[in-house]
Amino acid sequence: MTTAMTGQPRPRRFRVSRRVLPYLLSLPALLTCIGILIPFGTAVIYSLQRYRLSQPWARKFNWGENYFNFLSDSAFWNTLKVSVVYAGLTVVLELLLGLGIALLLQKRSRVNNFVSIMLLMPLMTAPALAALMWKLMTNPGFGILSYFATLIGLEDFNWASDPSTAMLTVVIVDIWVYTPFIMILLLAGLRSLPQQPFEAAALDGVPRLFVFWRITLPMLTPFLLTATLFRVIESIQQFDIIYAMTQGGPGDRLTVFQVEAYLNFFQSTNVGRSAALLMILWAITYALSNIFIKNWLRLREKQRGEA
Amino acid sequence: MLTTSPIERILRGLAITLVCLFFMFPIVWIFLMSFQTNETILRIPPSVVFAPTLDNYQALITGKLETAAGMLEINFMRNLGNSLFLSATSVAIGLLLGVPAAYAFARLKFKGSEDIAFTLLSFRFAPPLLVLLPLTIYFQQLGLANTYGGLIWVYQLIVLPLILWIVRGYFEDIPADIEYAYRIAGHDFWSTFRRIALPLAGPGIAAAGLLSFIFAWNNFVFALVLASADKQPVTVGALAFVTASGIQYGQVAAGIVLSIAPTFALALYAQRYLVEGLSLGAVKG
Repeated sequence: MTTAMTGQPRPRRFRVSRRVLPYLLSLPALLTCIGILIPFGTAVIYSLQRYRLSQPWARKFNWGENYFNFLSDSAFWNTLKVSVVYAGLTVVLELLLGLGIALLLQKRSRVNNFVSIMLLMPLMTAPALAALMWKLMTNPGFGILSYFATLIGLEDFNWASDPSTAMLTVVIVDIWVYTPFIMILLLAGLRSLPQQPFEAAALDGVPRLFVFWRITLPMLTPFLLTATLFRVIESIQQFDIIYAMTQGGPGDRLTVFQVEAYLNFFQSTNVGRSAALLMILWAITYALSNIFIKNWLRLREKQRGEA
Repeated sequence: MLTTSPIERILRGLAITLVCLFFMFPIVWIFLMSFQTNETILRIPPSVVFAPTLDNYQALITGKLETAAGMLEINFMRNLGNSLFLSATSVAIGLLLGVPAAYAFARLKFKGSEDIAFTLLSFRFAPPLLVLLPLTIYFQQLGLANTYGGLIWVYQLIVLPLILWIVRGYFEDIPADIEYAYRIAGHDFWSTFRRIALPLAGPGIAAAGLLSFIFAWNNFVFALVLASADKQPVTVGALAFVTASGIQYGQVAAGIVLSIAPTFALALYAQRYLVEGLSLGAVKG
Protein backbone atom coordinates (compact mmCIF):
# COMPACT_ATOMS: atom_id res chain seq x y z
CA MET A 1 0.00 0.00 0.00
CA THR A 2 2.76 2.41 0.86
CA THR A 3 4.57 1.68 -2.41
CA ALA A 4 1.44 2.59 -4.33
CA MET A 5 1.48 5.98 -2.71
CA THR A 6 5.08 7.04 -3.16
CA GLY A 7 5.74 9.48 -5.94
CA GLN A 8 2.15 10.63 -6.20
CA PRO A 9 1.89 13.27 -3.52
CA ARG A 10 -1.27 15.16 -4.43
CA PRO A 11 -3.12 13.52 -7.29
CA ARG A 12 -4.58 16.30 -9.38
CA ARG A 13 -6.37 14.29 -12.05
CA PHE A 14 -9.44 12.25 -11.43
CA ARG A 15 -8.02 9.12 -13.07
CA VAL A 16 -5.01 9.00 -10.80
CA SER A 17 -6.84 9.84 -7.63
CA ARG A 18 -9.41 7.16 -8.23
CA ARG A 19 -6.80 4.47 -7.75
CA VAL A 20 -5.02 5.88 -4.74
CA LEU A 21 -7.79 7.75 -3.03
CA PRO A 22 -9.54 4.87 -1.29
CA TYR A 23 -6.29 3.77 0.27
CA LEU A 24 -5.50 7.32 1.23
CA LEU A 25 -8.88 7.65 2.92
CA SER A 26 -8.78 4.36 4.79
CA LEU A 27 -5.10 4.26 5.59
CA PRO A 28 -5.18 6.29 8.83
CA ALA A 29 -7.90 4.07 10.29
CA LEU A 30 -5.98 1.00 9.22
CA LEU A 31 -2.66 2.12 10.59
CA THR A 32 -4.27 2.88 13.93
CA CYS A 33 -5.53 -0.65 14.13
CA ILE A 34 -2.42 -2.30 12.74
CA GLY A 35 -0.54 -0.93 15.73
CA ILE A 36 -2.87 -3.15 17.68
CA LEU A 37 -2.09 -6.20 15.55
CA ILE A 38 1.52 -6.20 16.71
CA PRO A 39 0.57 -7.10 20.31
CA PHE A 40 -1.55 -9.88 18.86
CA GLY A 41 1.55 -11.37 17.25
CA THR A 42 3.39 -10.94 20.52
CA ALA A 43 0.66 -12.81 22.35
CA VAL A 44 1.12 -15.75 19.96
CA ILE A 45 4.83 -15.80 20.78
CA TYR A 46 4.22 -15.52 24.54
CA SER A 47 1.85 -18.46 24.38
CA LEU A 48 4.70 -20.59 23.00
CA GLN A 49 7.14 -19.59 25.71
CA ARG A 50 7.88 -20.45 29.25
CA TYR A 51 7.58 -16.89 30.54
CA ARG A 52 7.03 -15.74 34.08
CA LEU A 53 7.44 -12.08 34.97
CA SER A 54 8.94 -13.17 38.28
CA GLN A 55 11.63 -15.27 36.53
CA PRO A 56 12.64 -13.34 33.41
CA TRP A 57 15.94 -15.24 33.20
CA ALA A 58 14.14 -18.56 32.69
CA ARG A 59 12.25 -17.22 29.67
CA LYS A 60 12.59 -19.55 26.68
CA PHE A 61 10.55 -21.17 23.95
CA ASN A 62 8.87 -24.33 25.09
CA TRP A 63 6.73 -24.54 21.96
CA GLY A 64 3.41 -26.21 22.59
CA GLU A 65 4.07 -27.03 26.22
CA ASN A 66 1.67 -24.42 27.62
CA TYR A 67 -1.06 -25.94 25.49
CA PHE A 68 -0.16 -29.56 26.23
CA ASN A 69 -0.15 -28.83 29.93
CA PHE A 70 -3.79 -27.80 29.68
CA LEU A 71 -4.78 -31.39 28.93
CA SER A 72 -3.87 -32.50 32.43
CA ASP A 73 -4.58 -29.14 34.10
CA SER A 74 -7.78 -29.28 36.11
CA ALA A 75 -7.79 -25.48 36.47
CA PHE A 76 -7.99 -25.18 32.69
CA TRP A 77 -10.90 -27.59 32.45
CA ASN A 78 -12.60 -25.67 35.21
CA THR A 79 -12.13 -22.44 33.23
CA LEU A 80 -13.55 -24.02 30.10
CA LYS A 81 -16.49 -25.46 32.01
CA VAL A 82 -17.29 -22.26 33.86
CA SER A 83 -17.08 -20.18 30.67
CA VAL A 84 -19.32 -22.51 28.71
CA VAL A 85 -21.86 -22.79 31.52
CA TYR A 86 -21.90 -19.01 31.94
CA ALA A 87 -22.30 -18.36 28.21
CA GLY A 88 -24.90 -21.11 27.84
CA LEU A 89 -27.03 -20.02 30.78
CA THR A 90 -26.95 -16.32 30.02
CA VAL A 91 -27.64 -16.63 26.30
CA VAL A 92 -30.47 -19.15 26.59
CA LEU A 93 -32.22 -17.26 29.40
CA GLU A 94 -31.73 -13.89 27.72
CA LEU A 95 -33.05 -15.24 24.45
CA LEU A 96 -36.20 -16.64 26.03
CA LEU A 97 -36.81 -13.52 28.11
CA GLY A 98 -35.92 -11.15 25.29
CA LEU A 99 -38.24 -12.91 22.86
CA GLY A 100 -41.03 -12.94 25.41
CA ILE A 101 -40.70 -9.24 26.13
CA ALA A 102 -40.43 -8.37 22.43
CA LEU A 103 -43.68 -10.26 21.77
CA LEU A 104 -45.34 -8.44 24.68
CA LEU A 105 -44.30 -5.05 23.36
CA GLN A 106 -44.79 -5.83 19.67
CA LYS A 107 -47.87 -3.67 19.15
CA ARG A 108 -46.96 -0.03 18.70
CA SER A 109 -48.65 1.85 21.48
CA ARG A 110 -47.59 4.71 23.66
CA VAL A 111 -47.15 2.49 26.73
CA ASN A 112 -45.20 -0.17 24.83
CA ASN A 113 -42.84 2.37 23.28
CA PHE A 114 -42.25 3.98 26.63
CA VAL A 115 -41.52 0.62 28.28
CA SER A 116 -39.14 -0.42 25.52
CA ILE A 117 -37.19 2.83 25.92
CA MET A 118 -37.07 2.39 29.71
CA LEU A 119 -35.75 -1.15 29.30
CA LEU A 120 -32.75 0.22 27.43
CA MET A 121 -31.42 1.77 30.63
CA PRO A 122 -29.80 -1.42 31.99
CA LEU A 123 -28.11 -1.92 28.62
CA MET A 124 -26.69 1.59 28.78
CA THR A 125 -25.27 0.98 32.25
CA ALA A 126 -21.60 0.05 32.17
CA PRO A 127 -21.48 -3.67 33.03
CA ALA A 128 -18.85 -3.04 35.69
CA LEU A 129 -21.11 -0.45 37.34
CA ALA A 130 -24.11 -2.75 37.01
CA ALA A 131 -22.14 -5.35 38.95
CA LEU A 132 -21.48 -2.75 41.66
CA MET A 133 -25.17 -1.88 41.83
CA TRP A 134 -26.03 -5.52 42.36
CA LYS A 135 -23.23 -5.83 44.87
CA LEU A 136 -24.85 -3.10 46.92
CA MET A 137 -28.21 -4.83 46.62
CA THR A 138 -26.90 -8.25 47.62
CA ASN A 139 -24.74 -7.11 50.52
CA PRO A 140 -25.43 -9.50 53.42
CA GLY A 141 -25.59 -6.58 55.86
CA PHE A 142 -28.08 -4.24 54.26
CA GLY A 143 -28.75 -5.46 50.70
CA ILE A 144 -32.38 -5.28 49.75
CA LEU A 145 -32.16 -8.59 47.89
CA SER A 146 -30.64 -10.33 50.91
CA TYR A 147 -33.59 -8.96 52.87
CA PHE A 148 -36.03 -10.31 50.27
CA ALA A 149 -34.29 -13.68 50.49
CA THR A 150 -34.87 -13.85 54.25
CA LEU A 151 -38.50 -12.84 53.68
CA ILE A 152 -39.09 -15.93 51.56
CA GLY A 153 -37.35 -18.11 54.11
CA LEU A 154 -33.82 -18.27 52.71
CA GLU A 155 -31.70 -17.51 55.76
CA ASP A 156 -28.03 -16.70 55.12
CA PHE A 157 -28.46 -16.44 51.39
CA ASN A 158 -25.10 -15.01 50.44
CA TRP A 159 -25.49 -14.44 46.70
CA ALA A 160 -22.11 -13.95 45.04
CA SER A 161 -19.99 -14.79 48.07
CA ASP A 162 -21.41 -18.30 48.40
CA PRO A 163 -19.84 -20.85 46.03
CA SER A 164 -23.19 -22.49 45.37
CA THR A 165 -24.99 -19.29 44.34
CA ALA A 166 -22.15 -17.22 42.85
CA MET A 167 -22.86 -18.37 39.29
CA LEU A 168 -26.57 -17.69 39.70
CA THR A 169 -25.84 -14.16 40.91
CA VAL A 170 -23.55 -13.13 38.05
CA VAL A 171 -25.91 -14.74 35.56
CA ILE A 172 -28.75 -12.60 36.94
CA VAL A 173 -26.63 -9.47 36.56
CA ASP A 174 -25.77 -10.46 32.98
CA ILE A 175 -29.45 -11.07 32.26
CA TRP A 176 -30.30 -7.68 33.72
CA VAL A 177 -27.77 -5.90 31.51
CA TYR A 178 -28.08 -7.78 28.22
CA THR A 179 -31.67 -9.02 27.89
CA PRO A 180 -32.66 -5.56 26.58
CA PHE A 181 -30.14 -5.99 23.77
CA ILE A 182 -31.87 -9.11 22.51
CA MET A 183 -35.25 -7.53 23.18
CA ILE A 184 -34.69 -4.44 21.02
CA LEU A 185 -33.13 -6.44 18.20
CA LEU A 186 -36.06 -8.85 18.12
CA LEU A 187 -38.58 -6.03 18.54
CA ALA A 188 -37.13 -4.29 15.50
CA GLY A 189 -37.27 -7.64 13.71
CA LEU A 190 -40.89 -8.33 14.67
CA ARG A 191 -42.01 -4.87 13.61
CA SER A 192 -40.27 -5.18 10.24
CA LEU A 193 -41.98 -8.46 9.28
CA PRO A 194 -44.41 -8.26 6.34
CA GLN A 195 -48.04 -8.20 7.50
CA GLN A 196 -49.70 -10.27 4.76
CA PRO A 197 -48.98 -13.76 6.18
CA PHE A 198 -50.41 -12.71 9.55
CA GLU A 199 -53.50 -11.16 7.99
CA ALA A 200 -54.08 -14.27 5.90
CA ALA A 201 -53.70 -16.49 8.96
CA ALA A 202 -56.13 -14.31 10.93
CA LEU A 203 -58.69 -14.51 8.12
CA ASP A 204 -58.44 -18.28 8.10
CA GLY A 205 -58.77 -18.43 11.87
CA VAL A 206 -55.42 -20.19 12.36
CA PRO A 207 -54.70 -20.71 16.09
CA ARG A 208 -52.24 -18.19 17.43
CA LEU A 209 -49.79 -20.77 18.75
CA PHE A 210 -49.61 -22.24 15.27
CA VAL A 211 -49.02 -18.78 13.79
CA PHE A 212 -46.18 -18.26 16.25
CA TRP A 213 -44.41 -21.55 15.49
CA ARG A 214 -45.00 -21.63 11.75
CA ILE A 215 -44.91 -17.98 10.70
CA THR A 216 -43.43 -15.67 13.33
CA LEU A 217 -40.53 -17.83 14.45
CA PRO A 218 -39.27 -18.87 10.98
CA MET A 219 -39.42 -15.30 9.71
CA LEU A 220 -37.63 -14.08 12.81
CA THR A 221 -34.82 -16.65 12.54
CA PRO A 222 -32.16 -14.37 10.99
CA PHE A 223 -32.70 -11.85 13.78
CA LEU A 224 -32.61 -14.58 16.42
CA LEU A 225 -29.40 -15.96 14.96
CA THR A 226 -27.69 -12.60 14.83
CA ALA A 227 -28.70 -11.74 18.39
CA THR A 228 -27.64 -15.17 19.65
CA LEU A 229 -24.23 -15.18 18.01
CA PHE A 230 -23.55 -11.63 19.12
CA ARG A 231 -24.33 -12.57 22.68
CA VAL A 232 -22.47 -15.90 22.66
CA ILE A 233 -19.32 -14.19 21.42
CA GLU A 234 -19.56 -11.50 24.09
CA SER A 235 -20.71 -13.77 26.86
CA ILE A 236 -17.92 -16.31 26.55
CA GLN A 237 -15.52 -13.39 26.91
CA GLN A 238 -17.32 -11.80 29.85
CA PHE A 239 -14.92 -10.05 32.17
CA ASP A 240 -16.40 -6.81 33.53
CA ILE A 241 -19.35 -8.22 35.46
CA ILE A 242 -17.50 -11.18 36.95
CA TYR A 243 -14.36 -9.27 37.82
CA ALA A 244 -16.22 -6.36 39.39
CA MET A 245 -18.51 -8.70 41.31
CA THR A 246 -16.21 -11.43 42.64
CA GLN A 247 -12.82 -11.27 40.86
CA GLY A 248 -13.38 -14.86 39.80
CA GLY A 249 -14.16 -16.14 43.27
CA PRO A 250 -15.18 -17.55 45.59
CA GLY A 251 -12.22 -19.87 45.02
CA ASP A 252 -12.13 -20.75 41.34
CA ARG A 253 -15.90 -20.81 41.00
CA LEU A 254 -16.09 -18.07 38.39
CA THR A 255 -12.67 -18.10 36.75
CA VAL A 256 -13.87 -17.68 33.17
CA PHE A 257 -11.27 -17.34 30.39
CA GLN A 258 -10.52 -13.65 30.58
CA VAL A 259 -10.64 -13.48 34.37
CA GLU A 260 -8.31 -16.49 34.67
CA ALA A 261 -5.93 -14.97 32.10
CA TYR A 262 -5.97 -11.65 33.94
CA LEU A 263 -5.21 -13.31 37.27
CA ASN A 264 -2.50 -15.47 35.68
CA PHE A 265 -0.83 -12.40 34.24
CA PHE A 266 -1.04 -10.00 37.17
CA GLN A 267 -1.13 -12.30 40.21
CA SER A 268 0.83 -15.41 39.37
CA THR A 269 2.72 -13.48 36.62
CA ASN A 270 2.60 -16.54 34.40
CA VAL A 271 2.56 -14.77 31.04
CA GLY A 272 2.91 -17.94 28.98
CA ARG A 273 -0.12 -19.66 30.44
CA SER A 274 -2.15 -16.47 30.32
CA ALA A 275 -1.38 -15.97 26.61
CA ALA A 276 -2.14 -19.60 25.79
CA LEU A 277 -5.53 -19.31 27.54
CA LEU A 278 -6.37 -16.20 25.54
CA MET A 279 -5.31 -17.85 22.28
CA ILE A 280 -7.77 -20.67 22.92
CA LEU A 281 -10.50 -18.14 23.70
CA TRP A 282 -9.58 -16.26 20.54
CA ALA A 283 -9.87 -19.44 18.45
CA ILE A 284 -13.37 -20.01 19.84
CA THR A 285 -14.53 -16.44 19.21
CA TYR A 286 -12.89 -16.35 15.78
CA ALA A 287 -14.82 -19.41 14.66
CA LEU A 288 -18.04 -17.97 16.08
CA SER A 289 -17.51 -14.52 14.62
CA ASN A 290 -16.98 -15.97 11.14
CA ILE A 291 -20.39 -17.60 11.33
CA PHE A 292 -21.74 -14.41 12.81
CA ILE A 293 -20.41 -12.16 10.07
CA LYS A 294 -21.88 -14.35 7.34
CA ASN A 295 -25.29 -14.31 8.96
CA TRP A 296 -25.00 -10.63 9.79
CA LEU A 297 -24.25 -9.83 6.14
CA ARG A 298 -27.28 -11.78 4.96
CA LEU A 299 -29.48 -9.92 7.42
CA ARG A 300 -28.00 -6.60 6.37
CA GLU A 301 -28.65 -7.29 2.69
CA LYS A 302 -32.20 -8.30 3.48
CA GLN A 303 -32.92 -5.24 5.58
CA ARG A 304 -31.44 -2.95 2.96
CA GLY A 305 -33.37 -4.66 0.22
CA GLU A 306 -36.64 -4.11 2.04
CA ALA A 307 -35.82 -0.63 3.28
CA MET B 1 -56.08 -7.09 14.41
CA LEU B 2 -57.09 -9.80 16.83
CA THR B 3 -59.59 -9.01 19.53
CA THR B 4 -58.16 -9.67 22.95
CA SER B 5 -60.13 -10.93 25.90
CA PRO B 6 -60.05 -8.97 29.17
CA ILE B 7 -58.20 -11.81 30.92
CA GLU B 8 -55.46 -11.69 28.34
CA ARG B 9 -55.20 -7.93 28.66
CA ILE B 10 -54.79 -8.27 32.42
CA LEU B 11 -52.15 -10.99 32.04
CA ARG B 12 -50.25 -8.89 29.53
CA GLY B 13 -50.37 -5.89 31.83
CA LEU B 14 -49.15 -8.01 34.70
CA ALA B 15 -46.27 -9.43 32.65
CA ILE B 16 -45.21 -5.96 31.51
CA THR B 17 -45.33 -4.72 35.09
CA LEU B 18 -43.13 -7.59 36.27
CA VAL B 19 -40.65 -6.94 33.49
CA CYS B 20 -40.48 -3.24 34.36
CA LEU B 21 -40.05 -4.10 38.01
CA PHE B 22 -37.08 -6.39 37.37
CA PHE B 23 -35.30 -4.03 35.01
CA MET B 24 -36.04 -0.72 36.70
CA PHE B 25 -35.87 -1.68 40.35
CA PRO B 26 -32.05 -1.70 40.69
CA ILE B 27 -31.75 1.75 39.14
CA VAL B 28 -34.49 3.21 41.33
CA TRP B 29 -33.10 1.56 44.45
CA ILE B 30 -29.54 2.81 43.92
CA PHE B 31 -30.92 6.25 43.10
CA LEU B 32 -32.82 6.30 46.41
CA MET B 33 -29.79 4.97 48.25
CA SER B 34 -27.68 7.86 47.01
CA PHE B 35 -29.79 10.28 49.06
CA GLN B 36 -29.45 8.36 52.32
CA THR B 37 -27.01 8.20 55.16
CA ASN B 38 -25.60 4.91 56.42
CA GLU B 39 -28.12 4.89 59.28
CA THR B 40 -31.14 4.78 57.00
CA ILE B 41 -29.45 2.40 54.57
CA LEU B 42 -28.60 -0.08 57.33
CA ARG B 43 -32.12 -0.16 58.76
CA ILE B 44 -33.84 -3.52 59.01
CA PRO B 45 -36.39 -3.88 57.59
CA PRO B 46 -35.43 -1.53 54.73
CA SER B 47 -37.84 1.26 54.05
CA VAL B 48 -38.33 3.84 51.35
CA VAL B 49 -39.26 6.47 53.94
CA PHE B 50 -36.27 8.66 54.79
CA ALA B 51 -35.22 12.27 54.98
CA PRO B 52 -33.25 12.79 51.76
CA THR B 53 -29.82 14.32 52.09
CA LEU B 54 -27.39 15.69 49.52
CA ASP B 55 -24.39 14.95 51.74
CA ASN B 56 -23.20 12.04 49.61
CA TYR B 57 -23.08 14.14 46.47
CA GLN B 58 -21.47 17.01 48.32
CA ALA B 59 -18.77 14.71 49.68
CA LEU B 60 -18.06 13.34 46.22
CA ILE B 61 -17.84 16.78 44.68
CA THR B 62 -15.50 18.15 47.32
CA GLY B 63 -13.53 14.89 47.29
CA LYS B 64 -13.49 14.66 51.09
CA LEU B 65 -15.22 11.52 52.26
CA GLU B 66 -15.97 11.10 55.90
CA THR B 67 -15.76 7.43 56.83
CA ALA B 68 -15.81 5.41 59.98
CA ALA B 69 -12.02 5.21 59.73
CA GLY B 70 -11.57 8.97 59.39
CA MET B 71 -11.30 11.37 56.48
CA LEU B 72 -10.66 9.80 53.10
CA GLU B 73 -9.58 11.77 50.06
CA ILE B 74 -11.00 10.27 46.91
CA ASN B 75 -10.99 12.37 43.83
CA PHE B 76 -14.05 10.99 42.14
CA MET B 77 -14.55 14.14 40.11
CA ARG B 78 -11.20 13.44 38.52
CA ASN B 79 -12.53 10.01 37.42
CA LEU B 80 -15.58 11.66 35.93
CA GLY B 81 -13.37 14.18 34.13
CA ASN B 82 -11.18 11.35 32.84
CA SER B 83 -14.22 9.48 31.50
CA LEU B 84 -15.45 12.58 29.74
CA PHE B 85 -12.07 13.46 28.28
CA LEU B 86 -11.14 9.93 27.19
CA SER B 87 -14.53 9.22 25.59
CA ALA B 88 -14.90 12.60 23.88
CA THR B 89 -11.37 12.65 22.48
CA SER B 90 -11.53 9.03 21.35
CA VAL B 91 -14.79 9.67 19.53
CA ALA B 92 -13.47 12.85 17.90
CA ILE B 93 -10.38 11.04 16.63
CA GLY B 94 -12.44 8.01 15.71
CA LEU B 95 -14.73 10.16 13.57
CA LEU B 96 -11.80 11.89 11.93
CA LEU B 97 -10.22 8.55 11.01
CA GLY B 98 -13.37 6.52 10.50
CA VAL B 99 -15.64 8.71 8.39
CA PRO B 100 -13.28 9.04 5.38
CA ALA B 101 -12.53 5.32 5.59
CA ALA B 102 -16.25 4.52 5.75
CA TYR B 103 -16.77 6.64 2.66
CA ALA B 104 -14.00 4.81 0.84
CA PHE B 105 -15.52 1.44 1.74
CA ALA B 106 -19.01 2.51 0.73
CA ARG B 107 -18.40 4.44 -2.44
CA LEU B 108 -15.06 3.53 -3.96
CA LYS B 109 -14.99 -0.24 -4.07
CA PHE B 110 -11.33 -1.04 -4.26
CA LYS B 111 -9.13 -4.08 -4.22
CA GLY B 112 -9.21 -5.72 -0.82
CA SER B 113 -11.76 -3.28 0.55
CA GLU B 114 -14.10 -5.97 1.86
CA ASP B 115 -11.23 -7.86 3.48
CA ILE B 116 -9.96 -4.75 5.20
CA ALA B 117 -13.43 -3.78 6.37
CA PHE B 118 -13.97 -7.23 7.83
CA THR B 119 -10.60 -7.26 9.52
CA LEU B 120 -11.59 -4.03 11.22
CA LEU B 121 -14.94 -5.52 12.20
CA SER B 122 -13.29 -8.62 13.63
CA PHE B 123 -11.44 -6.44 16.17
CA ARG B 124 -14.84 -5.90 17.70
CA PHE B 125 -15.02 -9.60 18.56
CA ALA B 126 -11.52 -10.51 19.67
CA PRO B 127 -10.88 -10.94 23.42
CA PRO B 128 -9.57 -7.53 24.54
CA LEU B 129 -7.06 -8.96 27.02
CA LEU B 130 -5.30 -10.82 24.22
CA VAL B 131 -4.11 -7.46 22.93
CA LEU B 132 -4.03 -5.60 26.23
CA LEU B 133 -1.66 -7.83 28.15
CA PRO B 134 1.24 -7.66 25.66
CA LEU B 135 0.39 -3.99 25.20
CA THR B 136 1.14 -3.26 28.85
CA ILE B 137 4.72 -4.36 28.22
CA TYR B 138 5.01 -2.41 24.95
CA PHE B 139 3.50 0.70 26.48
CA GLN B 140 6.14 0.70 29.19
CA GLN B 141 8.86 0.50 26.55
CA LEU B 142 7.27 3.23 24.42
CA GLY B 143 6.58 5.51 27.37
CA LEU B 144 2.85 5.30 26.67
CA ALA B 145 2.06 3.52 29.92
CA ASN B 146 -0.48 5.47 31.92
CA THR B 147 -0.85 8.31 29.42
CA TYR B 148 -4.04 9.71 27.96
CA GLY B 149 -2.53 9.33 24.49
CA GLY B 150 -1.97 5.60 24.91
CA LEU B 151 -5.46 5.08 26.28
CA ILE B 152 -7.09 7.07 23.49
CA TRP B 153 -5.20 5.02 20.94
CA VAL B 154 -6.42 1.77 22.46
CA TYR B 155 -9.95 3.17 22.74
CA GLN B 156 -9.95 3.35 18.93
CA LEU B 157 -10.48 -0.41 19.07
CA ILE B 158 -13.95 0.21 20.51
CA VAL B 159 -14.80 3.35 18.62
CA LEU B 160 -13.47 2.76 15.10
CA PRO B 161 -15.25 -0.48 14.10
CA LEU B 162 -18.54 0.97 15.33
CA ILE B 163 -18.15 4.27 13.46
CA LEU B 164 -16.87 2.57 10.35
CA TRP B 165 -19.73 0.13 10.02
CA ILE B 166 -22.58 2.46 10.94
CA VAL B 167 -21.41 5.37 8.82
CA ARG B 168 -20.63 3.10 5.91
CA GLY B 169 -24.26 1.96 5.88
CA TYR B 170 -25.43 5.57 5.75
CA PHE B 171 -23.10 6.42 2.86
CA GLU B 172 -24.33 3.38 0.97
CA ASP B 173 -27.91 4.61 1.31
CA ILE B 174 -27.13 7.90 -0.43
CA PRO B 175 -27.82 7.48 -4.17
CA ALA B 176 -24.50 7.80 -5.97
CA ASP B 177 -26.21 9.75 -8.76
CA ILE B 178 -26.46 12.88 -6.62
CA GLU B 179 -22.71 12.88 -6.19
CA TYR B 180 -22.05 12.16 -9.88
CA ALA B 181 -24.29 15.06 -10.86
CA TYR B 182 -22.35 17.37 -8.60
CA ARG B 183 -19.06 16.08 -9.99
CA ILE B 184 -20.18 16.58 -13.57
CA ALA B 185 -21.07 20.16 -12.67
CA GLY B 186 -17.34 20.63 -12.30
CA HIS B 187 -16.67 20.19 -8.61
CA ASP B 188 -13.75 18.13 -7.43
CA PHE B 189 -13.84 15.02 -5.30
CA TRP B 190 -13.06 16.77 -2.06
CA SER B 191 -15.84 19.34 -2.28
CA THR B 192 -18.32 16.65 -3.35
CA PHE B 193 -17.44 14.73 -0.23
CA ARG B 194 -17.76 17.80 1.96
CA ARG B 195 -20.82 19.45 0.46
CA ILE B 196 -22.91 16.44 -0.58
CA ALA B 197 -21.90 13.19 1.10
CA LEU B 198 -21.10 14.48 4.58
CA PRO B 199 -24.31 16.48 5.13
CA LEU B 200 -26.47 13.68 3.75
CA ALA B 201 -24.87 11.13 6.05
CA GLY B 202 -24.97 13.64 8.93
CA PRO B 203 -27.56 11.87 11.10
CA GLY B 204 -25.66 8.60 10.75
CA ILE B 205 -22.41 10.23 11.72
CA ALA B 206 -24.03 11.84 14.74
CA ALA B 207 -25.58 8.52 15.78
CA ALA B 208 -22.29 6.68 15.41
CA GLY B 209 -20.57 9.37 17.45
CA LEU B 210 -23.09 9.23 20.28
CA LEU B 211 -23.10 5.45 20.42
CA SER B 212 -19.37 5.07 20.36
CA PHE B 213 -19.21 7.68 23.12
CA ILE B 214 -21.48 5.50 25.24
CA PHE B 215 -19.37 2.42 24.53
CA ALA B 216 -16.14 4.22 25.31
CA TRP B 217 -17.63 5.60 28.53
CA ASN B 218 -18.82 2.16 29.62
CA ASN B 219 -15.54 0.43 28.91
CA PHE B 220 -13.84 -1.09 31.90
CA VAL B 221 -11.08 -3.50 31.00
CA PHE B 222 -8.87 -1.18 28.90
CA ALA B 223 -8.38 1.34 31.65
CA LEU B 224 -8.21 -1.34 34.34
CA VAL B 225 -5.15 -2.79 32.65
CA LEU B 226 -3.50 0.34 31.27
CA ALA B 227 -4.29 3.24 33.60
CA SER B 228 -3.34 4.01 37.17
CA ALA B 229 -5.45 5.99 39.62
CA ASP B 230 -5.04 9.49 38.20
CA LYS B 231 -6.04 8.49 34.64
CA GLN B 232 -8.82 6.07 35.49
CA PRO B 233 -12.37 6.60 34.22
CA VAL B 234 -15.41 6.15 36.47
CA THR B 235 -15.92 2.48 35.68
CA VAL B 236 -12.55 1.57 37.20
CA GLY B 237 -12.56 4.36 39.78
CA ALA B 238 -15.86 3.28 41.28
CA LEU B 239 -14.48 -0.19 41.90
CA ALA B 240 -11.53 1.09 43.91
CA PHE B 241 -13.92 3.21 45.88
CA VAL B 242 -16.08 0.28 47.04
CA THR B 243 -13.11 -1.49 48.54
CA ALA B 244 -12.04 1.59 50.51
CA SER B 245 -12.52 0.74 54.17
CA GLY B 246 -15.42 2.14 56.13
CA ILE B 247 -16.95 3.82 53.13
CA GLN B 248 -20.45 5.25 53.32
CA TYR B 249 -22.67 3.14 51.09
CA GLY B 250 -24.67 6.19 50.10
CA GLN B 251 -21.53 7.68 48.63
CA VAL B 252 -20.91 4.58 46.51
CA ALA B 253 -24.49 4.83 45.28
CA ALA B 254 -24.10 8.52 44.52
CA GLY B 255 -20.92 7.73 42.58
CA ILE B 256 -22.78 5.15 40.52
CA VAL B 257 -25.62 7.58 39.82
CA LEU B 258 -23.20 10.26 38.63
CA SER B 259 -21.41 7.71 36.43
CA ILE B 260 -24.45 6.34 34.66
CA ALA B 261 -26.45 9.56 34.29
CA PRO B 262 -24.52 10.83 31.22
CA THR B 263 -24.96 7.61 29.24
CA PHE B 264 -28.66 7.50 30.13
CA ALA B 265 -29.13 11.03 28.88
CA LEU B 266 -27.30 10.30 25.63
CA ALA B 267 -29.18 7.04 25.15
CA LEU B 268 -32.54 8.78 25.53
CA TYR B 269 -31.45 11.36 23.01
CA ALA B 270 -30.11 8.79 20.54
CA GLN B 271 -32.62 5.99 21.13
CA ARG B 272 -33.86 6.17 17.54
CA TYR B 273 -30.44 4.98 16.37
CA LEU B 274 -29.70 2.48 19.11
CA VAL B 275 -31.00 -0.61 17.33
CA GLU B 276 -29.00 0.15 14.25
CA GLY B 277 -25.88 0.94 16.21
CA LEU B 278 -26.04 -2.03 18.52
CA SER B 279 -26.39 -4.44 15.61
CA LEU B 280 -23.49 -2.67 13.85
CA GLY B 281 -25.83 -1.48 11.15
CA ALA B 282 -27.43 -4.84 10.36
CA VAL B 283 -30.92 -4.13 11.73
CA LYS B 284 -32.85 -0.95 11.05
CA GLY B 285 -34.84 0.42 13.93
